[in-house]
Amino acid sequence: MQSRAFQKIHSKIDKITKATITLTASDVGNEEMAWVDDRLAQVVKINGDNVTLQIFVGTEGISTEAQVVFLGKPQTLKVSEDLAGRFFDAYGNPIDGGPEVEGEEREIGGPSVNPVRRKQPNQLIATGIAGIDLNNTLVTGQKIPFFADSDQPYNEVMANVALKAEADKIILGGMGLSNDDYLYFKALFENAGALDKIISFINTTENPPVERLLVPDMALTAAEYFAVDKNEKVLVLLTDMTLYADALAIVSNKMDQIPSKDSMPGSLYSDLAKLYEKAVQFPAGGSITIIAVTTLSGGDITHAIPDNTGYITEGQLFLRTDTDIGKVIVDPFRSLSRLKQQVIGKKTRDDHGQVMNAAVRLYADAAEAKTKRDNGFDLSEYDERTLKFAREYSNSLLAIDVDLNTDDMLDVTWRLLENHFSKDEVGIKKTVTDKYWKGAE
Amino acid sequence: MTTGKVTGVTANLITVEVDGPISQNEIAYVKMGDERLMSEVIRINGNTAFVQCFESTRGVRTGLAVEFAGAMLEVELGPGLLSKNYDGLQNDLDKKEGLFLKRGEYTSPLDDEKIYEFTPLASPGESIQPGHWLGEVKENWVNHKIMAPFTLKGDWKLDSIVEKGNHTIRDTIAVISSSDGETKDVTMTQRWPVKVPLKAYREKPRPFRLMETGYRIIDTFNPLAEGGTGFIPGPFGCGKTVVQHAVSKNASADIIIMAACGERANEVVEIFTEFPELIDPRTGRKLYERTTIICNTSNMPVAAREASVYTAMTIGEYYRQMGLSVLLLADSTSRWAQALREMSNRLEELPGPDAFPMDLSAIIANFYARAGVVYLNNGETGAVTFLGTVSPAGGNLKEPVTESTKKAAQCFYALSQKRADSKRYPAIDPQESYSKYLESPEIQAFLTERSGENWVEDVLSLKNRMLRGKEAQDQISILGDDGVPIEYHINFWKSEVIDAALIQQDAFDPIDRFASVERQEYGLKTVKDICDRVFNFDTFEDVAPYFKKMINSLKQMNFCEFGSGQFKEFESELKITLNEKEVA
Repeated sequence: MQSRAFQKIHSKIDKITKATITLTASDVGNEEMAWVDDRLAQVVKINGDNVTLQIFVGTEGISTEAQVVFLGKPQTLKVSEDLAGRFFDAYGNPIDGGPEVEGEEREIGGPSVNPVRRKQPNQLIATGIAGIDLNNTLVTGQKIPFFADSDQPYNEVMANVALKAEADKIILGGMGLSNDDYLYFKALFENAGALDKIISFINTTENPPVERLLVPDMALTAAEYFAVDKNEKVLVLLTDMTLYADALAIVSNKMDQIPSKDSMPGSLYSDLAKLYEKAVQFPAGGSITIIAVTTLSGGDITHAIPDNTGYITEGQLFLRTDTDIGKVIVDPFRSLSRLKQQVIGKKTRDDHGQVMNAAVRLYADAAEAKTKRDNGFDLSEYDERTLKFAREYSNSLLAIDVDLNTDDMLDVTWRLLENHFSKDEVGIKKTVTDKYWKGAE
Repeated sequence: MTTGKVTGVTANLITVEVDGPISQNEIAYVKMGDERLMSEVIRINGNTAFVQCFESTRGVRTGLAVEFAGAMLEVELGPGLLSKNYDGLQNDLDKKEGLFLKRGEYTSPLDDEKIYEFTPLASPGESIQPGHWLGEVKENWVNHKIMAPFTLKGDWKLDSIVEKGNHTIRDTIAVISSSDGETKDVTMTQRWPVKVPLKAYREKPRPFRLMETGYRIIDTFNPLAEGGTGFIPGPFGCGKTVVQHAVSKNASADIIIMAACGERANEVVEIFTEFPELIDPRTGRKLYERTTIICNTSNMPVAAREASVYTAMTIGEYYRQMGLSVLLLADSTSRWAQALREMSNRLEELPGPDAFPMDLSAIIANFYARAGVVYLNNGETGAVTFLGTVSPAGGNLKEPVTESTKKAAQCFYALSQKRADSKRYPAIDPQESYSKYLESPEIQAFLTERSGENWVEDVLSLKNRMLRGKEAQDQISILGDDGVPIEYHINFWKSEVIDAALIQQDAFDPIDRFASVERQEYGLKTVKDICDRVFNFDTFEDVAPYFKKMINSLKQMNFCEFGSGQFKEFESELKITLNEKEVA
């Protein structure tokens, strides 16, 4: 119990549910934080003198005589350069054995950037992975999730992308991370010698689920400090946002709200948008890029969580296992980077857009040929060629273990197109084929 | 003035105990220190008012003072609306200071100091109706009419009006008086409540002209009427926003109003960045000179989303009163519906389908009904064309917002996941989509006059061919390539020609992004001609390569300046291919 002098202590609780308590108190502000015995809680509803608090760790064992102290402020984070290299829990307490961080105290979940003060994102982020750089190019200030089933190596791919991207700071918000994954991230960042630019806010599966609700706001408050005050390029990694949304559903359920699709709260879209929209490019050079993970259940993207996410984020990177080559690939159909138009052909070679689309179109033809084959029909000579092309394309470009620069990716694609198709079949603008087509006429 | 005190708060719903009369939808300000949080009354129960707050309610506590404004949410109308970037409550975003939006900071929508050259259009003694054109000023290149107050009731006449000369928007430019002896000073601005349709016109006829968008799938196949309504539903990633942005750049409208409602901030930034650079192909002026942007992005307060679409519509109706053709684009009305759902939930109303409020359908229908072409009292014509997007949950078109909108809108541009997956953009489904205007006698007459007797018939015949192509494709995939007559392959590939040459269009290609009417007429004729020919093939295996060659020529033509030398080269290439296989 962290009581302080002159603070009023309330000790008569009227109502207790699994996640909330209600007591009689006055002069309390909405969203204010409070201690209930030794647990942190937040005001979620005020009705006359009745104040309802959400207790993050849950109400197990809370007594009707528990002591409640209101802190007079919402959740805050102390920000300074000293955050770098540190690991924290969801409340911002160090979990790496180091000292408390001193710095300016800022409210988390602060106001939005005025849209007219944003700058249009136009800096390419190179990852070396062709499924990303070639087909779904990332841009600083973008927000994009990986959509992946729980058996895909999404955390590894995300960590690799983060280390390759030239960010000044990488901020990891881990929600419901398994202890193994937490240690994996820690070890990877240490081995890469990048620890001094990494800040982590971690909620593992061992911590109470509702605590997760604080993690993204903590991470993004730290991100805003570095992007605004220090003009740094910040990359925020949020994994796993599905578990975050599950925690939202738990709270809304306990507060008797009517659920909408898939038992999710009706405000899911706004709740997620408030976080993802923190991604921004500032005119002064600082930026916040958000790469998140949304785990799917059996590849179902129509579930409310991936569905709402897809409407908010600037595309998605869809991971799936290609059984033909036995590797995990970035699916070119379901993946999309909405901001790629800002850099494709402008920051990359002029043939990028046309080559990318042509290859994906032919890959789609291969998918149709595959269906035909699966249904037991004979394949035409063209079908056979598309299948051969698809296999090589998948193996040499889409697989997540590919590491090339963008020009090489384009050259590899041209050679694949020349090997399997005629110019007519490729359907690329003549001015472009004139310049890059080296195959038969 | 009625005041009150806060008695409770849940998220952005605040309960207030009031000491006097208030009205439904009245604006209230919750006073928090030196911040005033704008809110709207949405339910009254005895002396308790339920208000939805347009700002974050963090820190709001019981006992805070509340002031009621005595008016509903209003917008200010006058010269200077164009080229502005507003939030959903018509605050000028450029006038706000700092990187972050400060709570409780409200900025004036118009520029008080700016000088406009006023030219009178009415003379003293004239009888005055609401919306009467008193004079005009140049706003960018638009003749902005200065109109008599829309709120006038009874008989009024013009007493005096200033001569041609320079004035600010706050100067009195005319004095009018009523038959009851009341007099009024008229300035260049007036206020109007956003939720009330602006109806200072004589008649709302059926639409009789088309709005050109430069998209072949819209203009040729599913035309949007000037003063008409349409909507674009589609799963995420299918290109709703790309289509809307392309339409906003190319549409044949005098004024474009874009309401970014609960969508991504970066998409609005794209407009902020590009529009000052882009040239309107019709007027040769910068695009932003004819554009007003209302943006309430997804991270801005939820309650203001609803306000944003009404604000946009009211500004649209205002320009319609000047005899202009306005195109209003809203992306996306689903976010607005979700905001209604959140509030209905907090008010503990009984939910309708998918927890949306029961009156969702009526709200959407009423909003779409505000679009339309009108004959003004002075005989001029004005129009508000509305094109909205819908973001159906899970891409399921049977959800309540899509279904309600389908009842209200005349054009339906369904985006298909399958087309988007195979990068056939715009992913507007040629089979599912429709425009009821193609069947309207007024529009048919317009099309016949513009593009000849057979136009509508030809369009329908190609649409029918698309259907037959789809059927052929289904048969082929059930029975196998060699299990069907060659005719099926030909039918399928003819539909592929229509798809590749007319339906697909590259919104990012400098030439292909915009197809003029002339070019669309040529395209339809050329493709119709190919489809009407009889071809002779020995085996089905010859069909695909032959048609692909043709498709390649047609696509290359789409990338070339219409009628240019290069265009003609591909055109003759196409003719050679055609003559190879045709049966005389």
